[in-house]
Amino acid sequence: MTVLIETRGLSYRYPRRGEVLNEIDFKLEAGDRVALTGSNGAGKTTLLHLLVGLKKAKAGEIHAFGAQRREEKEFVEVRARAGFLFQDPDDQLFCPTVLEDVAFGPLNLGKARDEAMQLAHQALVSVGLEGFEERVTHQLSGGEKRMVTLASVLAMEPEVLLLDEPSNALDTKARWRLINILQELPQAMIIISHDDDFLDHLANRWVRLEDAKLFEDRRMIVPELRAVTV
Amino acid sequence: MSQNFEHSGTSWKGQRLKHDESMVDRLDPRVRIIVVSIFALAVVLSHDFYVLLLGLVSAVATAVIAQLNFKRTLRRVIAMDMFMIFLILMLPFTTPGEALFSIAGLPASKEGLLHALMIALKANAVVFALLALIGTMSAATLGHAMAHLRVPDKLVHLLLFTVRYLDVIGQEYKRMRRAMQARAFVMTVSKHTWRSVGYLIGMLLVHSLERSERIMDAMKCRGYKGQFYLMDDMVLQRQDYLFMMLSVPFFLLLIGLNFI
Repeated sequence: MTVLIETRGLSYRYPRRGEVLNEIDFKLEAGDRVALTGSNGAGKTTLLHLLVGLKKAKAGEIHAFGAQRREEKEFVEVRARAGFLFQDPDDQLFCPTVLEDVAFGPLNLGKARDEAMQLAHQALVSVGLEGFEERVTHQLSGGEKRMVTLASVLAMEPEVLLLDEPSNALDTKARWRLINILQELPQAMIIISHDDDFLDHLANRWVRLEDAKLFEDRRMIVPELRAVTV
Repeated sequence: MSQNFEHSGTSWKGQRLKHDESMVDRLDPRVRIIVVSIFALAVVLSHDFYVLLLGLVSAVATAVIAQLNFKRTLRRVIAMDMFMIFLILMLPFTTPGEALFSIAGLPASKEGLLHALMIALKANAVVFALLALIGTMSAATLGHAMAHLRVPDKLVHLLLFTVRYLDVIGQEYKRMRRAMQARAFVMTVSKHTWRSVGYLIGMLLVHSLERSERIMDAMKCRGYKGQFYLMDDMVLQRQDYLFMMLSVPFFLLLIGLNFI
């Protein structure tokens, strides 16, 4: 299996929060759909940010797409090949209209305008948003915003998808649409979520962050239930 | 007070003024921006009542041609007039000159009154023209037209980002405000109110800053290298040339009348 992204001894600490990642060794291979779980503040988002160089690791190595990545310059290529879906769609959609936003990525990759338009259109069709091109981004519903952000990531034709709580704040219908679309995608993925049912439909591998360490297993964190006497 | 702030600060969503489709909509946005700019300059620099009256009449006529919604337009014009009303009321009493009448022993000068009237005419003429020609396009179109006119990128981006995030920040404000109300916060004149409102504004700034960082990250993730791309071609059509040909003699008349 081809290894797409690999970390060796990756560590990160926040000035006040302390250590969130301690010598993490992780491999993402083609075909992997990794569910990344862990409690709030465990460092899940931090890990994804480190993988694309949005944060700088305190120690350890990141290898992505066949090369070690250390500096900002080297991460530019990683970001082009690993599509990142942010927690809050409003952070990602900054262009006035949907088409501009979806075409933003391809244009940055140096695509000609017509090609970028076509990629954007295809991406919108693939997430079921045909005809949304001229809509104004901030007037979309939460579910539509989520789908547009997914389209804007897919338009860059990434090899890996990094999804940070994609099912957040989606209604049942939008959530199912998202599951169906993601199931059809060929890319390797890392999915952060607290929605176990959502992950059940998508993941083929589970990892868990706990106490700054990464565990390759699935443990349901079920709090002790106590009988309540009325 | 807070309601007013919410309304004026955050209700605008970068959308055009409500109006029926009209001839003005078919004109090229760039031409509209240029014509309005020249018109505004010509009017503001004029010191002749006939010019100003002609300016106001033609601006209102343009607004009528643009099929602006009467009520909404009036509301906006009045909102602007409210800003100036004190200035206009004060001017006659503060400008020295021939006394016309006096209130409570304070003489009002003729020069001051004329000056105030002139300012009011200028402002209203410019606002009507702006609402008719610029207000009828969405902020995104305005931004793009400005970019095509070689307005510095930074200014254009500032406009487009403001349009995009004003609403998001406004909603954040409303959310926090409601959370305060839900815990029985009532605005009064007290230290507690001042402190709480201070926290609210401070929090809003912190949230906005954090959001801007997240937006920057998201843009980087999509390969942003400091450049934006314009998607639309703007091509001048027959009606644009016609409009420009009509504007030129009008401006000549407007400016020329000053020297007669």
